[in-house]
Amino acid sequence: MVAAPAAPVTGSAAWLADLAGAPLPVRRQEDWRFTDLAPLHTVAPQLWSGSDPFAGVVLPDGVTPLQPSETLALQEQVLQATGSAAAWPVLLNQGAAPRCLALRVSGAAGPLQLDVAAGAAPGLRAVQVLLLLDDGASLELLLHPSSSGANATSLLAAAQLGRDARLQLGVLAPGDPRACLLAHLVVSQQAGSHLQLTTATAGWALSRLEPRIVQREGAAHTRLRALQLVNGQEIADTHSLVRFEGPDGELDQLHKVVADGAGRSVFNGAVQVPQPAQQTNAAQLSRSLLLSERARVDTKPELEIVADDVKCAHGATVSRLQQNELFYLQSRGIGADQAARLLLRGYCEEVLRELPAAAALNPLQLLLRERP
Amino acid sequence: MIRPDAPVLLEIRDLQAAVEDQPILKGVNLTIRAGEIHAVMGRNGSGKSTLSKVLAGHPAYSVTGGNVHYRGDNLLELEPEQRSRIGLFLGFQYPVEIPGVSNLEFLRVATNARRIERGEEELDTFAFEDLVRERLKVVQMDPAFLDRSVNEGFSGGEKKRNEILQMALLEPLVAILDETDSGLDIDALRIVADGVNQLAGPDNATLLITHYQRLLDLITPDFVHVMAAGRILRTGGKELALELERTGYDWVDQELARLERAPAEVA
Repeated sequence: MVAAPAAPVTGSAAWLADLAGAPLPVRRQEDWRFTDLAPLHTVAPQLWSGSDPFAGVVLPDGVTPLQPSETLALQEQVLQATGSAAAWPVLLNQGAAPRCLALRVSGAAGPLQLDVAAGAAPGLRAVQVLLLLDDGASLELLLHPSSSGANATSLLAAAQLGRDARLQLGVLAPGDPRACLLAHLVVSQQAGSHLQLTTATAGWALSRLEPRIVQREGAAHTRLRALQLVNGQEIADTHSLVRFEGPDGELDQLHKVVADGAGRSVFNGAVQVPQPAQQTNAAQLSRSLLLSERARVDTKPELEIVADDVKCAHGATVSRLQQNELFYLQSRGIGADQAARLLLRGYCEEVLRELPAAAALNPLQLLLRERP
Repeated sequence: MIRPDAPVLLEIRDLQAAVEDQPILKGVNLTIRAGEIHAVMGRNGSGKSTLSKVLAGHPAYSVTGGNVHYRGDNLLELEPEQRSRIGLFLGFQYPVEIPGVSNLEFLRVATNARRIERGEEELDTFAFEDLVRERLKVVQMDPAFLDRSVNEGFSGGEKKRNEILQMALLEPLVAILDETDSGLDIDALRIVADGVNQLAGPDNATLLITHYQRLLDLITPDFVHVMAAGRILRTGGKELALELERTGYDWVDQELARLERAPAEVA
């Protein structure tokens, strides 16, 4: 473990490289080509030392803590299965003394909400959530990282889904224009399992989400929904990867973006369908709404298909608010500004309404907090 | 109902309009008084739908000449939302689907915008639910459609019923219904026409834009106007629509040809 220097040194991220045991990614690397890590350099070089965010968590019926030995094994297995062991955000998380919540789920459990509020505290905080879903188990879990200051949150969520297990995992992450979020979300699915991963981010100087899903035997269902909002000088980057290692797997992926101000959005959606993954049925759609001349959207599907008997659809649209939709609302007495807000809300709700266990929250209000 | 002394609601004078520099309307004249039902008929491309969109303020159309007064005020200088608030309604030929926006919420915001303009109190969620449930009866609409997104996944008939429901909530003084009969089966057509008839009264007026007599069998117009090449070519009573049904539009071509020749003859 690296001792945090006493005085904050801005403009250097060497301490992060030390924590990770590996140099920071650079833009020469294809996976980081569009993603400027400069906001990370302004984070005060210290590990956050506040209270354990998981200390007061009440576990619902059917959910029990894992033993430390099981925890390590689970993390290793899932990271291996998803090829994530060497990913820089994972290395950073592991090196930054993460608070860890590791759970076994048996039968139908949930819902559960885990808040990871960085508040205004300086420095880096790392958290891990590890889930082992037994065969046939089900869980609804909402991870709710947030920030209101100059700090960084490193989140590693890893789940292993047994046969016919069902996981609805949500990440609702309202940030701060001085804060960074690095989230690596890995799920290993067995046959018959069902994963719905819904992510929503807004307001971070830099957010990087890396969902990596592997269907170990195929024949599982993966549903991905994502919404990322950027404004001001913010950068939001999602690099997703779904790999089918057996036949009859299904993927339904929708990635939505709203880019305003001089915000920058990056989406790279990798889908890997090797030879054994016959009869895979995958669909990926990327939809981006550009609200400003200065905003920028980079979106790229990355399909690697070797199996020959598969369906893999992908599409991308980048547009402004639709004139005919605006006019329709205006022709009903709704002013242009309110009409635009309604349309924007509708656009976001398509994803937000799929967030699990968020009944007590107003996700859109949280995401648009303090935004112009 | 024709009453020569009824107040003029809409006065269109020599209206000319273009889309992308292509002239579509070439001098439309039309006066609509309270209590009247007008029908505008004509072939595709005659300018019927353009007329409705220009009146509602669609941004893709630019007015290049003439004027329109609504109850004495210059309509053309108002934003589309303001035209709606003061009582002009356009029933769309193709109602727009808006995913993610709840139909109920949309109807409430629209209704309140009109109520505020009329100096009435805004309705909260509960009061509005009561109102909307009562107005649903006008078009025999299933309340389940309130919980869906605006027009999303609605059939053609459901969309048109939703338009008339909006009309029932907004209580416009001038309702322009652009091919409200298109895409309706005979039952849906009857329900929609019945709704329009219920809402028509001595203080408001309706402008029906249609291709077919079958709508006019159910809603009896006081005036029928035939549009061609961006103008109203002929105006008559309901019998004009019946004549069109019998004889078609061939006479229109002859009359247009005569009009084209006319300036040359004068010269």
